[in-house]
Amino acid sequence: MIWLRLFIEFFKTGLFAIGGGLATIPFLRVMSETTGWFDARNLSTMVAVGESTPGPIGVNMATYVGFTAGHGKSGMLSALFGGFLATFALVLPSVIIILIVAKVLATFKENKFVKRSFYSIRPAITGMIASVALMMTKSGVFTKGGNLLHSIDIRAAILFAALLILTQKVKLHPIFYILIAGTVGAIFSM
Amino acid sequence: MLSLIQREVVENKKWASDEEVLDYYAVAQCTPGVIAVNTATFIGYKTKGVLGAIAGTFGVVLPSLIIISIIAAVLQNFMEYSIVGHILAGIRVAVAVLIINAVVTMGKKAIADKLCAVIAVVSFIVSVIFPKVSPIFIVLSAAFVGLVTMKKGGEGK
Repeated sequence: MIWLRLFIEFFKTGLFAIGGGLATIPFLRVMSETTGWFDARNLSTMVAVGESTPGPIGVNMATYVGFTAGHGKSGMLSALFGGFLATFALVLPSVIIILIVAKVLATFKENKFVKRSFYSIRPAITGMIASVALMMTKSGVFTKGGNLLHSIDIRAAILFAALLILTQKVKLHPIFYILIAGTVGAIFSM
Repeated sequence: MLSLIQREVVENKKWASDEEVLDYYAVAQCTPGVIAVNTATFIGYKTKGVLGAIAGTFGVVLPSLIIISIIAAVLQNFMEYSIVGHILAGIRVAVAVLIINAVVTMGKKAIADKLCAVIAVVSFIVSVIFPKVSPIFIVLSAAFVGLVTMKKGGEGK
């Protein structure tokens, strides 16, 4: 039952993706491994769209994954429903938690055990996102399997190095780097 | 996102003060889920109770739902064209770079001491070697490690 699974997967993500921003990405990467709804390349497209559009990236990603999972099932209507369901499931845990503990949240925030948990969870999330960064670099810069040196895509590697430098030199909205890279990809038929 | 929320909630609608919004935001960071959504839910709850919370949440996710559904539907139909494949191949490189930069930014904030560094490295290695291991397991293990290494009477930091 794909709808139940979609709901459960995103409910779990909403409950444990702590730290905001890209915190949902490690969850989505494992989801792609275990559900087969999308692959690493899809995930990369989703991040690009999520970063280039308004709205919190976690919500954007949930809508996109739900849409893709629903679309694989049976076309546009179930795709729209999938997007809605995944987004609903993602935000449900926080809505429930806030409704239950809103009154005590101020003290909750100051609780030393809560503080300590967050202190050690944040580096774990960072480490997991780093593993996604590694995977994305592999899927973007290396095209074929086998020997690493032979499978490296020279054009992609140059673009990678150039963007790495550019993002350090000038701070632009992510959409500009995405546009630049897309244009380069189109011009050089990457 | 926070500055947008602040302008709308504090200046335009006068539902809360600047300090209150910052408080909500701080709390939103300490509850699971997407921070902007948590903030909206919390402000909605403080302003109009349960219905307010639901309205706030619904309002903050609706633009994403609409925009992403349209883009996903359009992209789905253009996937057959080879130029779209080339564009996306370029974009994959940019996304890799963006995530690397995000990791560096997050790492600077999240890795406060040696223990944090160890947790980050171990989480990285475990998720590279076992791509299917549940992130929930890693999150709970990290929380456990944090709690058992806590000094008695410590401040939690």
